[in-house]
Amino acid sequence: MSTTNQIQNPDGSPEPEFPKEHYLNASHGLKSWLLTTDHKRICILYLVSISFFFALGGIYAGLIRLELVTPAGDLFQPDTYNRVFTMHAILMIFFFLIPSIPATLGNFLIPLMIGAKDVAFPKLNLASWYMYVIGASLTLFALVTGGVDTGWTFYTPFSTTYSNTFVTTVAIGIFINGFSSIFTGVNFLVTIHRMRAPGMTWFRLPLFIWSHYATSLIMVLGTPVIAITLLLVGFERMFGFGFFDPALGGDPVLFQHLFWFYSHPAVYIMILPSMGVISEIIAAFTRKAIFGYKFVAFSSMGIAIIGFLVWGHHLFLSSQSVWAGLIFSFLTMLVAVPSAVKVFNWSATLYKGSIDYTTPMFYALGFLGLFTIGGLTGLMLGTLGLDIHMHDTYFVVAHFHYIMVGGAIMGYLGGVHFYWPKITGRLARGFWPHMSALLIFVGFNLTFFPQFILGYLGMPRRYHAYPDEFQVLHVLSTAGATVLALGYMLPGFYLLWSLKYGKVAGNNPWKAAGLEWTTTSPPSLHNFESMPVVDFEPYEFYPPQYDSAEAAEPVTGAEPAPSTT
Amino acid sequence: MSSEAAAHPKGLAHHFETFEQQKESSFLGMWLFICQEVMFFGGAFAAYVNYRVMYPDAMIAGSQQLNVTIGAANTLVLLCSSFTMVYAVWAAQSGTTKWGWSNGRHIVLGLVGTLFFGSIFLIVKYFEYGEKFAHHLVPGHGFVPPVTSIDNPAATEIFFSLYFGMTGLHALHMVVGMAIMLVMIPLALKGKWDRNNHNFVEGFGLYWHFVDIVWIFLFPFLYLIGESVQKFT
Ligand SMILES: [Cu+2]
Repeated sequence: MSTTNQIQNPDGSPEPEFPKEHYLNASHGLKSWLLTTDHKRICILYLVSISFFFALGGIYAGLIRLELVTPAGDLFQPDTYNRVFTMHAILMIFFFLIPSIPATLGNFLIPLMIGAKDVAFPKLNLASWYMYVIGASLTLFALVTGGVDTGWTFYTPFSTTYSNTFVTTVAIGIFINGFSSIFTGVNFLVTIHRMRAPGMTWFRLPLFIWSHYATSLIMVLGTPVIAITLLLVGFERMFGFGFFDPALGGDPVLFQHLFWFYSHPAVYIMILPSMGVISEIIAAFTRKAIFGYKFVAFSSMGIAIIGFLVWGHHLFLSSQSVWAGLIFSFLTMLVAVPSAVKVFNWSATLYKGSIDYTTPMFYALGFLGLFTIGGLTGLMLGTLGLDIHMHDTYFVVAHFHYIMVGGAIMGYLGGVHFYWPKITGRLARGFWPHMSALLIFVGFNLTFFPQFILGYLGMPRRYHAYPDEFQVLHVLSTAGATVLALGYMLPGFYLLWSLKYGKVAGNNPWKAAGLEWTTTSPPSLHNFESMPVVDFEPYEFYPPQYDSAEAAEPVTGAEPAPSTT
Repeated sequence: MSSEAAAHPKGLAHHFETFEQQKESSFLGMWLFICQEVMFFGGAFAAYVNYRVMYPDAMIAGSQQLNVTIGAANTLVLLCSSFTMVYAVWAAQSGTTKWGWSNGRHIVLGLVGTLFFGSIFLIVKYFEYGEKFAHHLVPGHGFVPPVTSIDNPAATEIFFSLYFGMTGLHALHMVVGMAIMLVMIPLALKGKWDRNNHNFVEGFGLYWHFVDIVWIFLFPFLYLIGESVQKFT
């Protein structure tokens, strides 16, 4: 055997070697990728596809910011502007953010973290990617032939009756893409329940797994509701069934209830996996077990469950009764509790930790600050009185970007940097990765903080022209977006560069805890040489296996195991 | 582990350790899929409840246009299809080979029965739909309210939107199920499933029963609200 099982040691132990056999060279050719059922390769398929949609959604964001540099609507016609912000949101939400962490890092890591050879249903896993591709292609088709102008919320009766754009095509695209979410969710739930290695008890699971468990629950129970909702919109457009159009006796508010029943929890589909990543990064770079492990684990479940009961806070101004408003407002406050539990516990973990300022840690610290701002402004919007003032203003836009960009994407990028050595076997460290984290943090705040002020002053969302007094803040925001775009482009360069020139990572370059770091980087086709047995607690740093005299011995599989094929 | 060195048993996927693990995974996955379906139809039922409360008279008037006898007969047909489905699952579980038939043939017997009753259901539904077209009760296609003596006669169109939407989605689920059965029949005859390895048949059985249960809810919600109200008023 080569020395690839060695744990890399900065104190002068030999440089790790790149493993000879791993999942990337287990088979060759396009077919071996398009028909793969290996969860690790499916991660790569998703990684490539969602990066494409992230870039496309980003271009639309750039166009929006470009239009808003000047008060006059000089770049786009109002109709075009409607399409631009709609496509920005649809691409980013349905084809980037929702699959982002679960479909890439989740797919790659869940079997590795629990000591399984694959997810429970590998073929279903591949099918989920194809559903994603089909749904995304339909949406792209609608985009190039004219786009949609309803906003990503598809509010009725505009979307059912008045919009002359490709609403039905995009609705079908999102419907098909929903299967991808549901398949992933079912797969993860069954995998976590049934595929854990001996000794991997529920409370030995990494917090990444707990947050994906909670996420998967939302994917399985929430996605079908948006599916039926969009289907009803489709029926109305195609056959003239009057579900939502008041002219046909329909109830447009019913649409809003159904839509937000999914779309509020969908925010947790985006943020919960990020929270899981943050737990892993903070534990690894403070070299401490996460403070209050069980609280953090159950807070994920709490968020998933209470998150299903707060959708009405989007309808405070949509003829909802005051009593319903009060209850939804209260529940909205309640769902902030488990989120706060997480933030406090992460902060407590940082306290007196031996903090290692690596790129993933920068992203994680950025997440902590931005998510907290996003969460607290969400509480402001959840209060009945303030929401009347700030409803449909840039305050809302800034709030959810702090959650979905400052929170979810920071977590995603932090996770990609953290697990890049495991996925590719190469390191991407140093000046440029640090620079990307810094640019993103600065650019993000410069883009979105002015939008809080804009919204508070009364700038409504979804307008392409505005009064002169708002220009300074809009220009600041656009300047920030430029920095942000630069920050997002950087990783694209140095990560690709590292594939060829990056230093070989070795099994555990960060000296992190967890089963995924005990196997080779990149892992072999079946992940572990033999079935791992878990006899350590989560985030147990320096377990005897690591710092004993036999440090070179891997945690498991000391004997070269026979081939598993 | 020593079991890894040994050849992986036939019928056990490479990433599972034991048949038990494979079976439990497959059922948990199927139940989760059914939870997902419950939420899917749940959205439609939520819409139904919304309009039932908004337009009680129009919903009742719409319901009175449906033929309860045909609906009840069709419910019975669907229950028969569940019975034959149970036979297919039982045959796979017990591995029966009575009458000198192979086990696969017994499974197919159950599936063919299910296909038969499923087809009858869909054919009846076809004629029911056709009758609605003849009476201008199809929303969006020259709909004519069947009664004018109620508060909001135009809202009967919503009842028929729900009727076509919900029974249509139910029928679509049946068609998908029947297509899957057509694929299953040659596989069963080839002996793909036996006593130890028939998770797919059992999982499919769960699906078919679920689709039946959806109808068990649709039938009273759509067909019976008119009748019961007639009796009590
Ligand atoms: Cu919300």
